[in-house]
Amino acid sequence: MIKVEGLTKRYARTVAVDNISFEVEKGQIVGFLGPNGAGKTTTMRVLTCYLPPTSGTATVAGFDVLENPMEVKKRIGYLPETPPVYPEMEVDEYLIFVGQLKGISSREIRRRVDDVTERCAIGDVRKKLIGKLSKGYRQRVGLAQAIIHNPDVLILDEPTSGLDPKQIIEIRELLRSLAGEHTIILSTHILSEVEHSCERVIIISQGKLVAIDSVSNLTNRLRGSEAVALEVEPHDGRPNPVEVQQRLEQVSGVSRVLMKDSKNGRINFEVESLQGRSIRADLARSVVQAGWNLSELRAVGLSLEDIFLQLTTAEQKDEAKPKEESKEKVVEGVNQ
Amino acid sequence: MRNVFLVCRKELNSYFASPIAYLLMAFFGLMIGFVFYTATRDMVRMSFMAQMQGQMMPQNVNDAIIKPLLGLASTVALFLIPMITMRTFAEEKRTGTIELLMTSPVRDTEIILGKWLGAMLLYLCVLAMSMINLALLFAWGKPDLKPVLVAYLGLILQGGCLLAIGVFISTTTRNQIVAGGVTFFVCLILWLLSWFTAFDSSSTAQVINYLSIVTHFENFSKGVIDTKDVVFYLSMIFFSLFITHRAMESLRWRA
Repeated sequence: MIKVEGLTKRYARTVAVDNISFEVEKGQIVGFLGPNGAGKTTTMRVLTCYLPPTSGTATVAGFDVLENPMEVKKRIGYLPETPPVYPEMEVDEYLIFVGQLKGISSREIRRRVDDVTERCAIGDVRKKLIGKLSKGYRQRVGLAQAIIHNPDVLILDEPTSGLDPKQIIEIRELLRSLAGEHTIILSTHILSEVEHSCERVIIISQGKLVAIDSVSNLTNRLRGSEAVALEVEPHDGRPNPVEVQQRLEQVSGVSRVLMKDSKNGRINFEVESLQGRSIRADLARSVVQAGWNLSELRAVGLSLEDIFLQLTTAEQKDEAKPKEESKEKVVEGVNQ
Repeated sequence: MRNVFLVCRKELNSYFASPIAYLLMAFFGLMIGFVFYTATRDMVRMSFMAQMQGQMMPQNVNDAIIKPLLGLASTVALFLIPMITMRTFAEEKRTGTIELLMTSPVRDTEIILGKWLGAMLLYLCVLAMSMINLALLFAWGKPDLKPVLVAYLGLILQGGCLLAIGVFISTTTRNQIVAGGVTFFVCLILWLLSWFTAFDSSSTAQVINYLSIVTHFENFSKGVIDTKDVVFYLSMIFFSLFITHRAMESLRWRA
């Protein structure tokens, strides 16, 4: 349905998107993932014919965005980062305007407006001025605008920003109900979003394609190595943390041991295994044989969040920085 | 064509949903009303005095009232036009709604024409305020209709031309104030061009004089339709809308 080949978009001095290629099949929901400034919005703008690519091609439903923009635009519903609404218009008035702009006949428009207002749960504000609506409602009006002409392809730039958790769930359900007949690309920097609603993920960072795969594949690919959280309870000041760390590092199959902050006297570690090694039993044995109190031992799954960080910060890691530090830093940054 | 109409209707709706349309109409109506009052009063006084001295009526209504009235209308329009056009594209660029228009199956030309026509219709509504006063003259006097119609044609052409320039300037910025200010200065310069060259007959002066919006209106206000003036206005409108189209295209490449 969507085919992007060697797409590059260069602004005056910066390269926003650098030689990206991917394909999206009909009926799929694809998550477009990347840190801020990665080039998500730019790629979407090229697909919607808002910006022309510097080089490379993008086709939607077989039509090239440069050669046949009118055909592409007819088949696309687009929700930009800020919903493109006119504050001085009423919701109904606005939807009718957009619907007609997208080529819906005036005979059909009423029915379509009824349909999308119901789907996006904005039936109760139809007669209100858009300028008076809250951010969440405005976002939903923007979504209603994108699906009003029943487009083959939906391109949504951060569709759930500004919504409360209940509304986010509603939007997710709406998106799932739209998949199948519609092809959906949605960008986000919220990872759980992708885990919940997307079948495939495209991760880009600094304008470059980092990974493209199904959500489950991506998670499995990096689950080859195991992460274990381990807690030791010292008795009379013994053992001290350094001792424990040294001993844990000697267990076979351990790739690295990370000391976490200790709570109420207990010492916490996160231990990662080498690819394909199971280390939990060995770890437990090692601690117990040393005569220490093992108070907790559990497997920590690598979430999409970790994968994302591993992929998008890979370049930084290579740059002579100590491994632990760089990862910790990024985690902190994300949590803030 | 349908899209032009759609954009135009949307533009008109937003003009009338905000105070700007009413403000412009009220302001224009007041100015014209004031001039109408003084011109009529003076004329009545003069002809009264002339009759007392047993002379013929010295002036007719067309010359004494309508001509200065519509002449003033053309000058006041100069000040109103920036306020009409400043938001056309600048506002859409600022709020991001331009993205909606430019990703809809609508040609750039249709967007531009729609916006320009919307501005034109508002301008006509503003101009229509002066007809209240003229209606009074037609009700109680016998002015000549044809020169009035010609003068209105001139006002419409001059307005269309300045509006097209304003729409173009609005595409170049996302700040309404800048768009309005620049448009105002451009209007002012086009108006002043005729002053610079009033007593100069060199060929440069004639070229400059030709570019002045106001000199072309003079003929219309006298009740004369000169093809030269009509061609000037129409070509200015076409040229301005054409560079607007180019500006929109460049917006895609730069933005």
